[in-house]
Amino acid sequence: MNLQPVTLISFGYFEKDFLEQTAEAVRHEFNCPVNLREGHIDLSDYYDPARRQYNGNLLLKQVDSMSLPDSRKTLGLFNVDLFIPILTFIFGQAFLNGRCGIASLYRLSNERYGMANDDKLMLERLKKEVIHELGHTFGLIHCLDSACVMRSSTYVEEIDQKNIHLCSDCRNQLAGNPA
Amino acid sequence: MAKKISILIVDDEESVRESLYSWFIEDGYRVECAENAKKALTILESDQFDIVLADIKMPGMDGLEMLRRIKAHKQDSIVIVMTAFATVDTAVKALKDGAYDYVTKPFDPDDLTHLIRNATMQISLSEENESLKSKVVSLEHVEDLIGTSDAMKHVLKEVESVAQTNSSVIITGESGTGKELVARAIHANSPRKFFPFVSVHCGALTESLLESELFGHEKGAFTGAMYNRKGRFEMADSGSIFLDEIATISTKMQVELLRVLETKSFIRVGGNKEITSDFRVICATNKDLKSMVESGLFREDLFYRLNVVNIHIPPLRNRKADIPLLVDYFIKKYCLSMNRQQVSIDQGALKRLQDFNFPGNIRELENMIERAIVIGDGKKIGLKDLPLEKSVVSSSAESLDDFEKTFIMQILTKYNWNISRTAKALQVDRVTLYNKIKKYDLKPADQQ
Repeated sequence: MNLQPVTLISFGYFEKDFLEQTAEAVRHEFNCPVNLREGHIDLSDYYDPARRQYNGNLLLKQVDSMSLPDSRKTLGLFNVDLFIPILTFIFGQAFLNGRCGIASLYRLSNERYGMANDDKLMLERLKKEVIHELGHTFGLIHCLDSACVMRSSTYVEEIDQKNIHLCSDCRNQLAGNPA
Repeated sequence: MAKKISILIVDDEESVRESLYSWFIEDGYRVECAENAKKALTILESDQFDIVLADIKMPGMDGLEMLRRIKAHKQDSIVIVMTAFATVDTAVKALKDGAYDYVTKPFDPDDLTHLIRNATMQISLSEENESLKSKVVSLEHVEDLIGTSDAMKHVLKEVESVAQTNSSVIITGESGTGKELVARAIHANSPRKFFPFVSVHCGALTESLLESELFGHEKGAFTGAMYNRKGRFEMADSGSIFLDEIATISTKMQVELLRVLETKSFIRVGGNKEITSDFRVICATNKDLKSMVESGLFREDLFYRLNVVNIHIPPLRNRKADIPLLVDYFIKKYCLSMNRQQVSIDQGALKRLQDFNFPGNIRELENMIERAIVIGDGKKIGLKDLPLEKSVVSSSAESLDDFEKTFIMQILTKYNWNISRTAKALQVDRVTLYNKIKKYDLKPADQQ
């Protein structure tokens, strides 16, 4: 086990159980300690009134500036609708081979798509999204294996189709590039 | 991903460049950014990108002008234009100028993924197409000209050097030496290889038919001309035209041909519109054109126009070292086309083929092998499968007597020394045959 921790910083309200289970999934997938922290920033600074969304590029930079030196990787968790200027929305993003990433719960909820609430499914999606973005920070690019968590997903249904783990190729790549 | 696709992002907004950069880099693409069209064009001068994703509205040169410049430099570039202000006019203009697609910012992540995936698929299809084309050409090349003899190496070298030029070529050689194959090889190795190779056998057509064949005709030009028809020169546009048996064309056609070669333009029979065509001429003949010029049978000016390069193909009897290779090639070719198991050839039979003179050259050898595969036992080609006795010239016959002796011996052997049947086959009487046997001291093999 690598003793340098991955830190998950939550911005806004998240159920404790949600965060702990997500942390556990990360711990299991990357075989490293995971710290949970709460972050406090004024999200209105990142709000784009024209798009009625939050700027993911700026938030990513903000999280990067909050990364602790003893933390191996940092991931910011949000519950707001994220965008980047060129795309209508994003589930999350990260610096490839960098120190940090962000992910949002906002578009992972069934209710956003007119379906019945399913907390269990939402948690699974969050875990996958967090592992996916952290994978990028470890240098992994999108994988063509449809079951791999590093598979690119542009719809929640696509997140549901892949599983929560790295495929053997990505795992081998991770072992060769522990970052 | 077999090949790392490269993308150049051109946008004056830093946030857009940054967003696209991070998105594509996570997909494993090689990505570079330029903040304006001028910088993008500078990057493209020294580096190649599979896809250019460019904003239309930029200070200085706009995306559409940049698109035109990129396309002028490299026609098959994939350029996707994007804009925040979608108008049908701009979209149509961009597509007319050769843009691969047109997208409005911001895009749905799924649309962007599909757009790039489709463009990537087009790139791989184009590459596959190029690769298959080159394989087809190399197959054609390999199949065309077989031989490792010095004489053949010389021909191949000439083909290679002349192929890259646009010069007219005359290929000379006896019938059956493979003049058309050499012409095809020249075409297949030339920059015109992806355009038609049009072959015309001048000797097989009457003057009026040849005229219509070469220049085409308009509907009603003559009885039976019910539709407009393209001529061979028109069909060979951007490619090569092969005029076989050029020595057989009439004086009138020689004049016509000279004019077409000089102007690269002509009028269809019965028409009045001048048609231009860019073709390369390759001719072939088994006659001595120079002597025909001297005796006034072939126009000197046409001869010099056609005879820029002359490639002479040696007869098979002068390149016997190639016979085993050719035999092997024809065996494989015909076994494959007849869906038969590969056969081999008996060493004795091969030796006899190498001793043979082949007046009909490679065509004769090819026919012999085809026949042997048809009538043979399906395992090994032996002497009995080769119709060598029917051919009248043998290279081992140094005189008429030698030839007669060998030939009579062949027929005697064939009929097991039955004098009556042999005499009948030779169309001589029995006395004459006995005299010849005595003269040449011929004996059955078991008495020698």
